[in-house]
Amino acid sequence: MTDLHTIRVTVNGTTYERTVEARMLLSDFIRHELGLTGTHVGCEHGVCGACTVLFDGQPVRSCLMFAVQADGHEIMTVEGLAPEGEMHPLQEAFHEAHALQCGFCTPGFLMTLKPFVETHPNPTEEEIRKAISGNLCRCTGYQHIIEAVKLAIKKIHHTDA
Amino acid sequence: MKPPAFKYYAPSSVEEALALLAEHGYDAKILAGGQSLIPTMNFRLAQPGVLVDLNRVSELAFIRPADDGGLLIGAMTRHVQVETSDLVAQRLPLLHETMPFIAHPQIRNRGTYGGSISHADPAAELPAITVTHRGKIHLRSTRGSRWVDADDFFVGLFTTALEPDEMVVEIALPPLPPRTGWAFDEFSRRHGDFALVGVAAAVTLDPAGAVEDARLVFMGVGDRPMKGDTAVALLRGQVPSADLIEEAATRAAQEDIDPFGDVHASAAFRRHLAAVLAKRVLTRAVERANR
Ligand SMILES: Cc1cc2nc3c(=O)[nH]c(=O)nc-3n(C[C@H](O)[C@H](O)[C@H](O)COP(=O)(O)OP(=O)(O)OC[C@H]3O[C@@H](n4cnc5c(N)ncnc54)[C@H](O)[C@@H]3O)c2cc1C
Ligand code: FES
Ligand code: FES
Repeated sequence: MTDLHTIRVTVNGTTYERTVEARMLLSDFIRHELGLTGTHVGCEHGVCGACTVLFDGQPVRSCLMFAVQADGHEIMTVEGLAPEGEMHPLQEAFHEAHALQCGFCTPGFLMTLKPFVETHPNPTEEEIRKAISGNLCRCTGYQHIIEAVKLAIKKIHHTDA
Repeated sequence: MKPPAFKYYAPSSVEEALALLAEHGYDAKILAGGQSLIPTMNFRLAQPGVLVDLNRVSELAFIRPADDGGLLIGAMTRHVQVETSDLVAQRLPLLHETMPFIAHPQIRNRGTYGGSISHADPAAELPAITVTHRGKIHLRSTRGSRWVDADDFFVGLFTTALEPDEMVVEIALPPLPPRTGWAFDEFSRRHGDFALVGVAAAVTLDPAGAVEDARLVFMGVGDRPMKGDTAVALLRGQVPSADLIEEAATRAAQEDIDPFGDVHASAAFRRHLAAVLAKRVLTRAVERANR
């Protein structure tokens, strides 16, 4: 039984029309249909956070949604964070603070953190830890990620500092 | 892993959704936030033939004041909406305080109140809070409409009073009475994981400072939210001293719960946590009632 649906989804500002099977996960749609392989898939059951994308501006796990549910909605993946050849302050901060080693988890952290750093000019360390509680990293031990969040917030909100 | 094939419907009204459930019955499953259903489909533990997606049924997402001072919460209201609602913070502080314990921010952006109680995971927060509040759950099908008390809604492990053609449309949560203190706490291995044990308490004191009424509800230590009736019976009519609270918490953890052991924790450890947490939340609830 193949249940096909034609959907229109805006991803990183470009609107795509595709026909997909109902059972296609949003993560697979992004990676296999659109070729945007920056979104990583670690566990496919909602535990690791590597597949996090922005859905109408909010971080969600793309492995826990079907592509057909994105019809008419807007998605941002890590490829949409900054224009080609440039880096978002969060990406710069991850680079400068050594917040990644293998980088597998990084796109998920970045997409989780984008709205957080934009709306939290002065978070406590506790708030930062809670914000990233849904993302696993097997390399860094998290401390450098927390430093990067602080650095990104400095870049975004306190440029004269 | 990938989910098995299914037929997908995205109704835009409750009526349409109910008609689909009536037509497909046991074959159909409702898709709410998908944060429990899609993982189980990815593991192929669930293989529904038909999914009825409620995400376009906007009439089911609301938080409204109720005449009794409590709230009516629509089934498709997302965890993040409850967590950040001023109405919830004002009228249902126990619920407000509990929300950040549920999963992670990304999951709270999708997961729904109706999905959580329908899933009825015995370690989930919202079933326990709904029972603590003596909430009522509004179920509808094409056959009609009924309200079920939270106590009767949760019937066992991942099992509720829902018939296959029924869905949860809203939840009514009455306010806690005056002179009532409340508290919730849980123990989990990592923040956002399902808790090993969680406990909610609400204690109402009479003007003389004795316990007029109390509620103690455990999660993660039975096949559904477990009520600490032994503790409540010990507390009722008494001025709640530290010793009495300790005794009530210990007795409830011995007599009122039925913990299981698994790779995360033995049954004995869960019982120990239940006693510690029950003491902690009862103490905090009494302090708050005294203010
Ligand atoms: C990594 C991870 C950690 C989590 N940690 C926690 C936690 O700590 N605490 C916690 O409580 N939860 C936790 N959850 C679960 C999360 O809160 C879910 O959102 C919730 O349990 C189910 O809500 P949902 O809206 O996603 O429902 P779905 O997954 O869409 O549905 C769940 C079930 O309920 C049925 N259903 C849904 N809505 C209705 C309705 N209106 N009427 C009738 N049936 C309906 C569905 O058919 C399905 O069987 C976690 C999930 C993940 C992936
Ligand atoms: S791949 Fe989606 S949470 Fe792990
Ligand atoms: S950098 Fe390797 S998993 Fe995070």
